[in-house]
Amino acid sequence: MEILKMVYAFMFTGLFAIGGGLATIPFLQDMAKKYGWFTIKELLDMIAISESTPGPIGINMATFVGIRVGGYLGGIIATLALAFPSVVVILLLIPVLDKYKESPLTQGIFYGLRPTSAALIAAALIGFIKMVLFNSGLVALSEINLVNLILLLAFIGLIKLKDPHPILVIALGAVIGMIFKLA
Amino acid sequence: MRILVDLFTCFFKMGLFTFGGGYAMLPLLQKEIVEDRAWASEEELLDYYAIGQTTPGIIAVNTATFIGEKQAGIKGAIVAVLGLIAPSILVISLLSGALEKYHESAVVAGALAGIRIAVSALIFMTVIKMAKSAIKDRGGLFIFGLALLLILGFSSPIVLTVFVGAGLGLLLSRRQHGNS
Repeated sequence: MEILKMVYAFMFTGLFAIGGGLATIPFLQDMAKKYGWFTIKELLDMIAISESTPGPIGINMATFVGIRVGGYLGGIIATLALAFPSVVVILLLIPVLDKYKESPLTQGIFYGLRPTSAALIAAALIGFIKMVLFNSGLVALSEINLVNLILLLAFIGLIKLKDPHPILVIALGAVIGMIFKLA
Repeated sequence: MRILVDLFTCFFKMGLFTFGGGYAMLPLLQKEIVEDRAWASEEELLDYYAIGQTTPGIIAVNTATFIGEKQAGIKGAIVAVLGLIAPSILVISLLSGALEKYHESAVVAGALAGIRIAVSALIFMTVIKMAKSAIKDRGGLFIFGLALLLILGFSSPIVLTVFVGAGLGLLLSRRQHGNS
């Protein structure tokens, strides 16, 4: 029974959480209150761990909660339940988009959507850079983390000059972080 | 069949090397999907992200569904999504007993801090590339600037920002049409 409730709760989350992994957090908070599968404090730990294990954060949280509630099978079921509504919505949307692709209305919408999408990504980037460069999250010159600033510039230079595969860049970041015990 | 295997391995790789949200996946998508495999153009990838952020669910799953469907129909979509989520399920299942300890280890914390810097640099270069293909004229630049101002200055919700962008796009492209 617990598993059925979990399928429902995660499908509900997948259908109504709009805007990516972090948008699922309020739904997970509700789950904590409604079903008592985990406490709010445990949820905070799960969010932190989901950010630090491979994979999109929303997917990681679903697997994590699922394992808590129903073991390994629960982990698989919760993850599939979360992803299912996305797949259905996009599959329904694709034929509509294809049909009206050439219409001036769609063209106009995408003319506006592309720069907006780029702006959303740029805003997310600014958030990341703040987190990397400022020790306490406080944006002030005295709080700047010089080691991280130099590394960030070095990485940008490396990518610009050599264009290595992103996986190599990520692996290099992990190794440097371990050697220099970055924080 | 080969395309299905390719979709699965490609998205498995994405899942395995994405740390954080859907945005962290973007540089990998750009390299593997746009540059190496030509499964989507730069513009299409931006469209998928815009749509992925305004439709229900995880952005990464929405994008995988789009790309999978374009390559091999519904089967392709399902295989791409399964490839994307498989590493999460595997890693978290394997670590589930030791996750608290894993999370608190200094080595892991150092590695993650390094990864954050690397990913920021990667996204920085990706944003530059994407902005070049997204902003084609002054109207586009105006929409980009306004959207950025809305999000950073007024903490505008994503869905609202996307609607404003789409509306302005409609308005501005209409006007250009009328003038020509």
